[in-house]
Amino acid sequence: MKINPNKCVACGNCTYVCPMGAIYVDPVLKRATIDRDECVECYACYNGLSQEHLNPTMVRTLRRIFALMRVRFDPEPDVCPTAAFEPEELTWPRIVRRAFSDPRVPHESTGVEGRGTEEVKTNDVTGRVQVGEVGFTIEFGRPGVGVRFNEIQQVCWALAKAGVAFEKKNPITSLMTDVTTGTLGEDILGEKVMSAIVEIKVPVERTEEIIRLMWEIEKKLDTVVALGVGTRCDEHGEENIVAPILERLGYKLERAKTNAGLGRVNHSAIQRSTEAVNV
Amino acid sequence: MTNTLHRFGDAESFRDDYVVFAIPSKGRNDKDSLPKLRRFLEIAIEFKPVNLGDARNGGALRPSRTLNPVAHWKRNVKPDFEAVIRGLAVPTTCAAVFDNRIAAEDFLKRVKEEDFGLSVNISTSVDGAEQCCAHACIARHSVGYSLGFEGKTEKLPNSQVLMLSTMCGHGMVSHSLAKKMIDWVKEGRRTPEAAASYLMRFCSCGVFNPSRAKRILEDARAKTR
Repeated sequence: MKINPNKCVACGNCTYVCPMGAIYVDPVLKRATIDRDECVECYACYNGLSQEHLNPTMVRTLRRIFALMRVRFDPEPDVCPTAAFEPEELTWPRIVRRAFSDPRVPHESTGVEGRGTEEVKTNDVTGRVQVGEVGFTIEFGRPGVGVRFNEIQQVCWALAKAGVAFEKKNPITSLMTDVTTGTLGEDILGEKVMSAIVEIKVPVERTEEIIRLMWEIEKKLDTVVALGVGTRCDEHGEENIVAPILERLGYKLERAKTNAGLGRVNHSAIQRSTEAVNV
Repeated sequence: MTNTLHRFGDAESFRDDYVVFAIPSKGRNDKDSLPKLRRFLEIAIEFKPVNLGDARNGGALRPSRTLNPVAHWKRNVKPDFEAVIRGLAVPTTCAAVFDNRIAAEDFLKRVKEEDFGLSVNISTSVDGAEQCCAHACIARHSVGYSLGFEGKTEKLPNSQVLMLSTMCGHGMVSHSLAKKMIDWVKEGRRTPEAAASYLMRFCSCGVFNPSRAKRILEDARAKTR
């Protein structure tokens, strides 16, 4: 992302809306400036701010007059008055920043928007997590801290060492050069993203082991981690196996996402795709 | 997309926060799902949601590419639910946000009757989701628990800022803007309703709950913890 210095009037609105705090008004240039190393290309500034198309010279003049009179101009806080943000063409490896940070861009590896994962949200049609299994979503950088891939790398190595298999249809897995060791491509390790999710699945008996392992790894990280634990309910819709384990570990289960089980596979769609493969 | 799972707050703070969403699964039931998703959103309107949205285009209150300067004095803050339905062009996750359990329960019951064949999830407190499913005579299929935030939590802001900013799980609502809106409400520069509407426009998949945000901002006016 770029800010056009010919348009920017240094109103400062964008400095608040950047989730990474990567925008500041440069005291010398007197223009909003993006710290490119901290920017995760989430496009919150470009997509989230409403745009006016006012004349920059006029706005700067008015702002100077107001400032001299100690009058506080009180515009809407979610507006770029001169539409100064301009997306730039991203190249590898910087392009992964946007893939993991702008929720409107579907991940190429999964075709899913957001962080590119379906977890247990579609478990009623994918059958990804079966009875007796636990699916972990280990999310890094959320909320509002961000993460670099070299930190995710540490976790992937530790999980792989513990003999855990990574979810195949996951954007992080797709960036691994070796899924057996959890090794990510070296060229992306320094890239920073808004958040990223590692997905694994283990037998329910390993739930506590994985959580304790995460507790150990988290001590070495310079970011935040949000753990999600997904599992199947029984035929009565009850879940009395995983929740007690989590509560015993000290977690208070406040919020959950519940799959109501109303989905089903559209067989004609599957058949059509099979036919296409056969052709 | 765990964008609604890790909202910050205790179960009591989710008493006015029920997100019901339909999601097609790529290659399994996404073909021909567009009319079903539109119908899902249309039905939701009957139950008076506080927000509607899809993961590609955003919610019922969106930023403008050509804002009229008059908006600084007279801003339209009315959610446009019909625009969300009109804008839905490709199969993607569609969400309806309710600020009371009764509406969410009745909506879920109706969605079950419609039998779309799409995965439908409800994101709220564990008990709240159980009650919604029980009302609709649904046996839950799967559940995903949030274990909250861990690791370097000293990098996180205070609880009221977090409650606001995590209502966009994709992180499009920044901590700084949430804090600024709390400050503006405290200073009397904006009403909680107006402040909530600014935040809502940044959420790019329409799951931000302006009703809960308004309540949090009203609480924060008296005290910031």
